Amino acid sequence: MSIFVTPQTKILIQGITGSFGARHAQLSIEYGTQVVAGVTPGKGGQIFEHKGVRVPIFDTVEEAVKATGATTSAVFVPPPFAADAILEGVDAGLDLVVAITEGIPVNDMVRVKRAMSGLRTRLIGPNCPGLVTPGEGKDSHGGCRIGIAPGYIHKKGNIGVVSRSGTLTYEAVFQLTSRGVGQSTCVGIGGDPVNGTSHLDVIKLFMADPETHGIIMIGEIGGAAEEEAAEWIALHGTKPVAGFIAGATAPPGRRMGHAGAIVSGGKGTAQAKFDAFRAAGIGVAATPSEMADTLLRLMK
Amino acid sequence: MNIHEYQAKQLLKQYGVAVPSGDPCKTLEEATTAAKKLFDSGHSLIVIKSQIHAGGRGKGTFTHGFKGGVKLAKTLEEAVTYAENMLGKTLVTKQTGPEGRVVQTILVAAAEKIVKEFYLAVLLDRATSRPLIMASTEGGVDIEEVAEKTPEKIIKETVDPAVGIQPYQARKIAHGLGLKGEVFNAAVKLIMGVYKTSWECDASMVEINPLAIVETASGKESIMCVDAKISLDDNALYRHTDILAMRDLAEESPLEIEASKFSLNYIKLDGSIACLVNGAGLAMSTMDIIQHYGGLPANFLDVGGGASKDQVSAAFKIILSDPNVKAIFVNIFGGIMDCDVIANGIVEAVKETGLKLPLIVRLEGNNVVAGKATLAASGLTIINGDTMADAAKKVVAAVNS
Repeated sequence: MSIFVTPQTKILIQGITGSFGARHAQLSIEYGTQVVAGVTPGKGGQIFEHKGVRVPIFDTVEEAVKATGATTSAVFVPPPFAADAILEGVDAGLDLVVAITEGIPVNDMVRVKRAMSGLRTRLIGPNCPGLVTPGEGKDSHGGCRIGIAPGYIHKKGNIGVVSRSGTLTYEAVFQLTSRGVGQSTCVGIGGDPVNGTSHLDVIKLFMADPETHGIIMIGEIGGAAEEEAAEWIALHGTKPVAGFIAGATAPPGRRMGHAGAIVSGGKGTAQAKFDAFRAAGIGVAATPSEMADTLLRLMK
Repeated sequence: MNIHEYQAKQLLKQYGVAVPSGDPCKTLEEATTAAKKLFDSGHSLIVIKSQIHAGGRGKGTFTHGFKGGVKLAKTLEEAVTYAENMLGKTLVTKQTGPEGRVVQTILVAAAEKIVKEFYLAVLLDRATSRPLIMASTEGGVDIEEVAEKTPEKIIKETVDPAVGIQPYQARKIAHGLGLKGEVFNAAVKLIMGVYKTSWECDASMVEINPLAIVETASGKESIMCVDAKISLDDNALYRHTDILAMRDLAEESPLEIEASKFSLNYIKLDGSIACLVNGAGLAMSTMDIIQHYGGLPANFLDVGGGASKDQVSAAFKIILSDPNVKAIFVNIFGGIMDCDVIANGIVEAVKETGLKLPLIVRLEGNNVVAGKATLAASGLTIINGDTMADAAKKVVAAVNS
């Protein structure tokens, strides 16, 4: 098994008629993902068509779920409307909402997270590349691609990847695939200070997933989510984990592109995170070029 | 976005938070009028505060030799002398770097007699994803040091965003600070107001240091924000046009302003190796790997996920206007983007800028073979890096040779 999604997962795309959402809906369809519905308020009844696949568009998520049986949503809605879009997916009882949108106000996410507590829906993101469970076809075709990751760099296999950053995730996946090593699921949890799913949430699922044999965990400066995951791994980890933290050279007090990537008040330094990794027996990649090799050495 | 102390106090005042009376002044005439008004209304001591976005103002020195960016004045003459030595002058503090900042505005305010100082802040608690109020009896000092050495002296109260701050929470904090009587009740009102300012303005941080019990001219005690610092969530500024108008471009680096016009995320650093990267995580890692192999990055530069030719061209111009740059490292993982489009953007930018510095390019991803062919066929001296590590070693070698 993979985690969160399988190639059979039916997904809907909120914001499918925007240029960004449409482009990535097309790429997911080309990858062989089950894109069964789109939602754009006011465009219900229209059809999104790509390479012979006809995707019905609905005004509301609730309607889309009833009509198509979609269980997962990808949110490509602009920042001012994204919190509402996420909560609409939660209200419709989806299993999973993946928020790709970058630039959602922090207070909106504080409210969203509070409103979601105790409910069944899981949120991944926002400000994330989404997730990929590779398929068995050529260039991993036939998998489940939710979000904006390049599907073709993946390969079906047994390594789980979890990261706050998009391109750094692709870097790790590419290193694995070029060494002939495939992935179970690759998850981008996003670079914002308030997100739905943490490193630890994903690590626990990878540890419990029989198809995942090893894990690459990529973090960044800011917050303490990597330390939290490392502490848990030290006590409960059963599989090899390799890790890297971006931002060792970042000046304190400056946000490094991602809203959550900031060392403030001496907290969230790369050094503290690397130390936590070492204390937990996580293999530390000395440079981002060595993420895959570090894990493969541990798995020998 | 950061705002000045006087602007922070204006926002706080709108939410009913007590701050010392005073006015921001941009000219000597304004400063004289403001100082006279305060002395005339019975204040015997006033303070002249340089308004720049950097800490350590009190202990700073102006480039013309005048010491102190914050000064107490007992007479109008003193106040005018201080204002003269601050307005339009360059103040250097431990946070500004040696180049300092020009003081465009001064705050002329009543200097109340401080009886006791406290610390108060509202920020995001990332562990709980909720707003957190932090307070301490150890005001006026470095709060990080307090947190490190005597964490028991820090009072914390998390706010449930579903209901907002409750008065009992403010009472717990006021009690924890050891306040009594009228000052206790005034502190509760003040804490509620500071929280409301933070939440309703979408602040990422509000810091009151010091919050102080002061003795007013009439001999009565009251509590107010003697200093205030507010940072705002950039992503929420679209719904606060009044706050956005407080942006002071003179406080931002001209290169960073130029970069933001092209949706580039650029942060200038002190090293000699410029980097141009797509994605924030990869951009940080590129800086890290340069340092790992013995070089120093000149900047952080994220061109975003879908870098266009115009953006690449603008990015080159921005990194080349930093005189410390000795070599350029382009690191692109083109997942969805076509590497050939990027390669063409690089070639054009190099020709346009007449680049003479060593250029190391590491290109990987979609249509990479065509991209590398474009670079090779350009006739330009571009050094190819196969992996991030290979490229980093080559760029460090180029700077050291």
